[in-house]
Amino acid sequence: MSSFRATELDRRNQRRERWVRGLFLVMTLMLILPVLIILGTLAWRGHSVISLDFLLSFPTNGMTEGGIFPALVGTLWLVGVALVVSVPMGVAAAIYLSEYAPENLLTRSINLAIINLAGVPSIVHALFGVGAFVLFFNFGTSILAAGLTLAVMTLPVVIVSTRESLQAVPQAFREASWSLGATRWQTIRRIVLPNSVSGILTGVILEVSRTVGETAPIMFTGAAFFLPFLPLGVGDQTMALSLHLFTVSTQVPNVPEALPFGVALTLISLVLILNAVSIAFRMYLRGKKKW
Amino acid sequence: MVETPLLERPKKLTVENLSILYGDQVALNDISLDIRENEIFGIIGPANSGKTSFLRAINRMDEMSDDMLVRGKVALDGCDVRSWRNVYALRSRIGVVFPLPVGLPLTIYENVALSPRLRGVRNKVELDEIVERCLSRAALWDEVKDRLDSLGSLLSGGQQQRLTIARALSQEPDVLLLDEFSIAVDPVTTMRIEDVLKELREEMTIVLVTNLVQQARRLADRTAFFLGGELVEVGMTEDLFRRQVKDQRTTDYLEGRFG
Ligand SMILES: Nc1ncnc2c1ncn2[C@@H]1O[C@H](COP(=O)(O)OP(=O)(O)OP(=O)(O)O)[C@@H](O)[C@H]1O
Ligand SMILES: [Mg+2]
Repeated sequence: MSSFRATELDRRNQRRERWVRGLFLVMTLMLILPVLIILGTLAWRGHSVISLDFLLSFPTNGMTEGGIFPALVGTLWLVGVALVVSVPMGVAAAIYLSEYAPENLLTRSINLAIINLAGVPSIVHALFGVGAFVLFFNFGTSILAAGLTLAVMTLPVVIVSTRESLQAVPQAFREASWSLGATRWQTIRRIVLPNSVSGILTGVILEVSRTVGETAPIMFTGAAFFLPFLPLGVGDQTMALSLHLFTVSTQVPNVPEALPFGVALTLISLVLILNAVSIAFRMYLRGKKKW
Repeated sequence: MVETPLLERPKKLTVENLSILYGDQVALNDISLDIRENEIFGIIGPANSGKTSFLRAINRMDEMSDDMLVRGKVALDGCDVRSWRNVYALRSRIGVVFPLPVGLPLTIYENVALSPRLRGVRNKVELDEIVERCLSRAALWDEVKDRLDSLGSLLSGGQQQRLTIARALSQEPDVLLLDEFSIAVDPVTTMRIEDVLKELREEMTIVLVTNLVQQARRLADRTAFFLGGELVEVGMTEDLFRRQVKDQRTTDYLEGRFG
């Protein structure tokens, strides 16, 4: 004989379940709140300066008027150089660490070093960039030196997230492929990589977001406060959105109040647009995920 | 057709003093046996007796993991597998079917076409032909011929297991290693696969690890009994089931009297 009435314990568990769920929901909402406030403030106070003209013209009158074109272009240059260097290197390193490296002391040390590298403050990377790229390799203050500095700074993020998404591919797939006589590389190319691209892209998204916003690492290595011309190649100096924001907010007198907000709004929109594109691409790939 | 008596056929696999260690844990202890051409060689034994480890030593899968150590000799056609220069060529001659069906995250077609592609077959007509032949032999063609482009992992468990058999056949292997293939498969499908195996015996040597003693009885020419990493005994399957055993533990296991 059985009865289906809930015991006191069942009811208590159910009550607790509701509480816990509610608590976590509140935490999540509290997290979203600052983001909304920041975005709202920027949009509200900065939208008035945004126009096509603002995006496509040079700053004038001691940077108190005009647009942000050279900074926008410069940021794209810097992100581009950083990506071109750090994505192939980072993905290759992650593939090596996840798929080839034997599990030994050296591998563990390298992994630990990478995690620590991700925690190094950006100003330290900036000084490294000056020492290594500007002076030692003699690239001077240039897009190349600044982009490489950004690449070094973001490599650990790319490596860690790529390695994690490679390791999310079940080991059984690899073993099945190896037992067919496939080499490690054939297995990686045909089985592992196609099923981890979406995760790898996450790392790239993170990298882009960080790179676009960073100021310290580019300040001493390649970014200038003001330049009356556009960079023509990686050997040139350039303006950058993040540094420009810093400049118009703190370094130049008599800037109209809305201008820094407009620059910040552009910067954040750029990050959001890049993220949205990557996320859309990821979702497209995820839809084709094969297990 | 006059069949050569089993023990007069050439040795396909020769195993001499094979030991397998994981760290300092012994999974297989000093095993010697041989497996003849076109034989179904059954391996039975309780969990942890080292059956899977034995199969992994044959196609040198130990090299893909850092903690597995193999000692002793395994020879394929009289040639030590360790001395094969190209381990990939060795593995492509040995088909493997795992306990849980591993449909690779590819389409049904690509699952079967992968191995031929790795060998360098590019011709679409030839590939089509291989895919159809292997799927038919694995008794799966009729069920999937209209959806070759859907994902292998969307098939039912029993279908996926037949897909992995088709994939192993696409290697045109000399030796087929089956590791408890019927764990995730219903009895009807199991019988169908068993019929397939009986046919395949004409063309290749089959090592069948199973935890169903009756399956060994139905299929295996000879059967080996592994226990805790030891080879307790190996004999003609009929003899073992007629209790003509050298070791009492074999009978105990076959009759299900085991603690
Ligand atoms: N990768 C591994 N690392 C460490 N120990 C392992 C590993 N694989 C197997 N072993 C150990 O080796 C012994 C034999 O394992 P094996 O998988 O060969 O047994 P089995 O006979 O196939 O068992 P089952 O019937 O459960 O599949 C076990 O004690 C197991 O714990
Ligand atoms: Mg096993």
